[in-house]
Amino acid sequence: MKSVLGVHEAALLFRARRMEVLATNLANADTPRYQARDIEFGAVLQGAANRARFSVTHPRHIDAAPPAADGSLEYRVPHQPAQDGNTVEADLELARYAENAVAYQASLLFINGKIATLRAALTGSR
Amino acid sequence: MSLFSTFDVAGSALSAQSLRLNLTASNLANMHNVAGDPAEVYRARHALFRAANGTFSSALAGVDVLGVVESDSVPIERYDPGHPQANAQGLVYAANVNAMEEMANMISASRSYQNNLEVINTAKDLMLRTLSLGQG
Repeated sequence: MKSVLGVHEAALLFRARRMEVLATNLANADTPRYQARDIEFGAVLQGAANRARFSVTHPRHIDAAPPAADGSLEYRVPHQPAQDGNTVEADLELARYAENAVAYQASLLFINGKIATLRAALTGSR
Repeated sequence: MSLFSTFDVAGSALSAQSLRLNLTASNLANMHNVAGDPAEVYRARHALFRAANGTFSSALAGVDVLGVVESDSVPIERYDPGHPQANAQGLVYAANVNAMEEMANMISASRSYQNNLEVINTAKDLMLRTLSLGQG
């Protein structure tokens, strides 16, 4: 089943996790000294690509393993930090949150399509 | 499902921001209180927020209300000997509430409240869509 849904399952989990992190940023928009955080998509992608790395079958082969990246949280560099040390920029966070929600829905749509394909195959597209 | 902690985090922010709105209402309502003794007059109250690290999971932090503090700024002294509450020198002390500050605080709290409400609504929509996965 996992191979049927492909990358979309992992993408959905990533989007769900990022949604929580962005919600935390927005919740703490007025908390002094709170530092906004985010998950780097590239790092997650690299972590996923880790599984599909070159096999080293000869001593002279170079192991092209990318650096370990498990999609850990990074601190955001604010455009305009507040005087109380808070680095949340609510408008930007809201925009990212909306973008993330759309991407989540896109993943859902892809998975729905896969399931519809499976169902069509099982029922002989009746 | 992990999306549920979004509701917890945003919910804690809603309650914190509504406390802030309530305090603003209290400050504005008591703005014109006077007393003959500066120690007795109403003082502006403000909420202290803190990120509650590790409440829901290691990465997420809800908003914790540390407490409500009274403003340290000095009450406004006014010479008004005809006032029934005036002291022996004919002075009354008015609450140290700054109306501009309170209005700005109110707008900020209301915007934050709206943002968190939107976060909850979006998360709710996505949850419902996830629940109906594969039915379409």
